[in-house]
Amino acid sequence: MNKMEKALHELSEMDDLAAQSSPIHRLHPAAKLLSTIAYILLTVSFHKYDLTGLIPMLLGPVLLFQLSGIPVRTCFYKLRIVLPLVMAVGLFNPFFDRAPLLQLGPVAVSGGVISMLTLMLKGVFCLMASFLLMATTPIDSLCAALRKLHVPGLLVTLLLLTYRYVGVMTEELAVMTDAYHLRAPGQKGIHVSAWGSFLGQLLLRSMDRAQELYASMLLRGYHDHFHYAGIRPFRLPDGLYLVGSILAFLLLRFVPVAALLGSLFVR
Amino acid sequence: MIEFQHVSFAYEKDRPVIRDLSFRIESGESVGLIGANGAGKSTVMKLLLGLLPCEGQILVDDTPVTKETLKTIRRKLGFVLQNSDNQMFMPTVYEDMIFAPLNYMVSREEAEKRVDAVLARLGLTELKYRHNHKISGGEKRMAAIATILAMEPEAILMDEPTSALDPYNRRVVINTIRELSQTKIITSHDLDMILDTCDRVLLLSEGQIVADGPAGEILRDQALLESHRMELPLSLSRRD
Ligand SMILES: Nc1ncnc2c1ncn2[C@@H]1O[C@H](COP(=O)(O)OP(=O)(O)OP(=O)(O)O)[C@@H](O)[C@H]1O
Ligand SMILES: [Mg+2]
Repeated sequence: MNKMEKALHELSEMDDLAAQSSPIHRLHPAAKLLSTIAYILLTVSFHKYDLTGLIPMLLGPVLLFQLSGIPVRTCFYKLRIVLPLVMAVGLFNPFFDRAPLLQLGPVAVSGGVISMLTLMLKGVFCLMASFLLMATTPIDSLCAALRKLHVPGLLVTLLLLTYRYVGVMTEELAVMTDAYHLRAPGQKGIHVSAWGSFLGQLLLRSMDRAQELYASMLLRGYHDHFHYAGIRPFRLPDGLYLVGSILAFLLLRFVPVAALLGSLFVR
Repeated sequence: MIEFQHVSFAYEKDRPVIRDLSFRIESGESVGLIGANGAGKSTVMKLLLGLLPCEGQILVDDTPVTKETLKTIRRKLGFVLQNSDNQMFMPTVYEDMIFAPLNYMVSREEAEKRVDAVLARLGLTELKYRHNHKISGGEKRMAAIATILAMEPEAILMDEPTSALDPYNRRVVINTIRELSQTKIITSHDLDMILDTCDRVLLLSEGQIVADGPAGEILRDQALLESHRMELPLSLSRRD
């Protein structure tokens, strides 16, 4: 197994985590889903220079990770190949926005640097929240919940199939990469001249697979909707969690927690 | 009853894969479809399922396979694909098995019962809640067969059911196939398996049937098999 495959493989193995048990795992998937969406929306809504306001938002995921018994470290480890992409967003801000915004002793911090950090943190926070959702909810319950919330069936089916086939596709890619390296020893990476045929092959293989897969669905009586495993009814604790978590996120969003804390110490 | 009447098919123009193929299979027969790589075995199955358009006519229980009749015809036929990964598209084995029954309006309790019965029969109860992307190739193949059995079709088509199986599971599959009362069409390069499970054999070569007869006869005909790039089943070949 090469490095990339290993990383992607681990990412697709979320179901081990989702099969554990904790107060968070036991919540209704729809409650978790809606609460996560609320968190993401609120996090994204911070102003681009509002770094101090944003940081306390971290409390949400950290607390929930604690409750669910999943170490935060696992999240960063599993997401290690996606994280750099998220972090890369905003990397150019410091070059465009040079107006000094903050004076830290002798160093003037420009608006660009602040907005870069804000963007990166937003990305990381949202990633953590989504990871938590996936790590505490089996994919089929999540899909069932999405359908209950009237998300179009096509989208949900797509999500389900993507989940199932990410692993298969990466394996295919890995096999191709290995086959390449076995015949091109001593070469680092894949030579640019082979990229085209590599991608082409992968595309064709995916298309073949998609076609056969769809045939297999049709042959077993599929017509425009999936039957998901039934999920348990939405109960009071789920409602309490949903309302409670959203209130907490709102609090973190609109009450300047950092400033208040600071004012306790600095008079 | 399954009947092919003068069926021809080509994936690409001027490269016919199936040529004027005609045969008839009665209900309850078990037929082995054999032939070298690329002979057109998988294609015959796909044609029967209406997955490919063809010239000529294919009949299932006297109903021609057309766009309008596809739904009823497909309900009668269970197809085990050559590649199990493409067959098992749901996250877990259980959900895959329950997929077809639910689509065919079987109640959930009834479907559950079927799933458990099939799993028990194949000795796969342990696989029930396993994830499809985390079971081995052979386990996936067994699960794919279970998926089709849970559908309770009138005829079962199997494309290479024993490839990727260890000797034990191969034996389980062979015994299961033998117990099935449905019409069966099985393709395989495992001629010993065909000999064990089929009464009749169709030998396909370059898209045409070159031999059709009792399995015991055709599979013993060394000259015939060798002239079409095949060998005697191990259990019948004498080692001198
Ligand atoms: N999608 C396709 N496009 C073009 N040609 C194809 C396609 N699928 C199969 N063929 C060709 O059709 C012929 C018959 O293929 P088929 O898959 O039916 O063979 P098979 O008898 O099942 O062989 P095997 O024993 O290898 O499974 C082969 O020559 C193959 O190259
Ligand atoms: Mg084939």
